[in-house]
Amino acid sequence: MIARVFVLVLALGLGSAGVHASSAWEAAQAADPVAEKRLQDLSRELRCLVCQNETIADSNADLAVDLRREIRSMIHDGRSDNEILDFMVARYGDFVLYRPPVKGITLLLWGGPVLLLLLGVGALFAYLRRRASRLGDAERPLSAEEASRIEALLKENDNK
Amino acid sequence: MNRYFWILGAFAALASLLAVGLSLNPRAIPSPLVGKPAPAFRLTVLDNPEQTFGPEALRGKPWLLNVWASWCISCRQEHPVLVEFAKKVDVPLIGLNYKEVRGDSEFDMSKLPADEEVRLAQQRAKAWLNAHGNPYRLTVMDIDGRVGIDFGVYGVPETYVIDKDGVIRMKHTGPISPEALAKKILPLLAELGQ
Repeated sequence: MIARVFVLVLALGLGSAGVHASSAWEAAQAADPVAEKRLQDLSRELRCLVCQNETIADSNADLAVDLRREIRSMIHDGRSDNEILDFMVARYGDFVLYRPPVKGITLLLWGGPVLLLLLGVGALFAYLRRRASRLGDAERPLSAEEASRIEALLKENDNK
Repeated sequence: MNRYFWILGAFAALASLLAVGLSLNPRAIPSPLVGKPAPAFRLTVLDNPEQTFGPEALRGKPWLLNVWASWCISCRQEHPVLVEFAKKVDVPLIGLNYKEVRGDSEFDMSKLPADEEVRLAQQRAKAWLNAHGNPYRLTVMDIDGRVGIDFGVYGVPETYVIDKDGVIRMKHTGPISPEALAKKILPLLAELGQ
């Protein structure tokens, strides 16, 4: 599904980029499966800043079309994936990356879920232990006194 | 009792966290360019297409770069604030006209030749400034939006405060309200002007 949307978006993007921006190499590159694969993979790593929960690959916003064009031209210039991602981060910040880097400011983002999981597991174990000790109480054999009280109660009930 | 106290406390903490989250503007993304030199560019000037302008021309004084386009609805809201600003404050305000034609969805770009796009962009930008007032010392034309990408533009209007050394000191995304001008931009300019 996503792949189909991507093709559609790409087709639209190319269509509108069409005559004015396109050059022979752009068309040639669209036909080059390796470069096209790289463009797709990179676009999926990058957030569209206009519609913030879509990747550049999925988004049909103008900016996403422009950025795909920019990525394509950088691929054409022989730049590495890291150079292209750095280019985007230098302009739009870490927010543009769908997988934010692990560093001081993102520590809570990455560590938060683990922390919550540990807290949850801790709470679960504490609860289970309390519950086990309560159940342990219930399974203790009855004392003689308790047994005779039950006998008495049951007999009383039978007599009614 | 103690237990309810904890539950209530946790709820209050979560509620205040969410309240803070709701009051933040999700569209305001901190720009990595703040504190960095403004990207170099060279673009043609709207009023005189023979002339080009680059940020180095304003070295030595603080200035503002405002990204706008005639198709941008929020720019219309912001514009009177800029017109007032230009009347009162002696700080160069440079307009960066961003994708005047191709940013407007009503054009079928595949049918529009490049020189026609440039002509149309100039015509539309001039008409808009004539209609709404021109606060800009000059406007440069970013026809294809490439300079916009270098500045990390993602939502027009955007405004950059650039100091005398050519370093970006602030970025404001979205229309400048009179409050934002008075509380953020003017104090910063006063500080930079010293």
